[in-house]
Amino acid sequence: MPAIKSLEDLKRLREEALKKQELKSASGQKQIIVGMGTCGIAAGARDTMKAILERIEKDNLSGIVVTQTGCIGICEMEPIVQVQIGEGPKVTYGKVTKEVAEKIITEHVLSGNVVKENSINL
Amino acid sequence: MKELSLHILDIAENSINAGASHVTITVIENSEADLLRISIKDNGKGMTPEMAQQIVDPFFTSRTTRKVGLGIPLLKASAEMCNGFLNIHSSPGLGTEVEVEFQNSHIDRMPLGDLSGTFLHLVIGSPNVHWTFQYKLNDKSYIFDDQPIKEELDGIPLTEPLVLSFLKDEITSGINLCQKIEENQL
Repeated sequence: MPAIKSLEDLKRLREEALKKQELKSASGQKQIIVGMGTCGIAAGARDTMKAILERIEKDNLSGIVVTQTGCIGICEMEPIVQVQIGEGPKVTYGKVTKEVAEKIITEHVLSGNVVKENSINL
Repeated sequence: MKELSLHILDIAENSINAGASHVTITVIENSEADLLRISIKDNGKGMTPEMAQQIVDPFFTSRTTRKVGLGIPLLKASAEMCNGFLNIHSSPGLGTEVEVEFQNSHIDRMPLGDLSGTFLHLVIGSPNVHWTFQYKLNDKSYIFDDQPIKEELDGIPLTEPLVLSFLKDEITSGINLCQKIEENQL
């Protein structure tokens, strides 16, 4: 079990992450919320979440917080992903497949342009 | 849902909604007894005996966003199809445990699927909850507790790329190790 060794690694990791975060904090917190109710999960929300996390890891994207939420009442549009940049408006996306999730990260989260064709009005 | 790990993700969602601050998920595979047992235990607000009975009815839910709750009924049906059962132990103010058991070798038993993905997404998606996972495959076992890690990180988001890679590797390798040892023994 690597647990004990990893705790030491974690300290180092924390310091590295701290440095990076300080650089990013000026641009405002980026938040991605994935709907993980029964409806979301059945529609493939875990794969969507996985794709988002893999992208963050692959491109070393610092300063993005990914969390989950329950059913928000539009089950037919699942998997649902919401994006909020800093104090900006919360944008809701429906039917977010892996491919759409990639697009949302590239265009909205990283460049600030809402992906209109996949966004929905609540 | 095609995987038991998706059901685990789904049932754990109920614990989060019940305001739990600590959720313990245990998955035990025992070849000798031919059993697969999953338990999701929380310290959320709990339910009265009447409500615990009602939630196996698909047309009952405490949620207000839609009128049906299929999570528990679906899992119950799957378990019963495989000579198993689903039990709910709950008391108001103390919390709830959902316990489900399958005949492990039953042809209709869903695969466990991406268990490490489920665990990782729970830890990351609900960082305010203290998560404990235990996976036991016969005499091999892996325990993951996110509390010491979060204390060490001291507020650094779990989705920082470095932290994310660390968590993913830790959980995946822990579970894979159990399964690998098992394969070698066969």
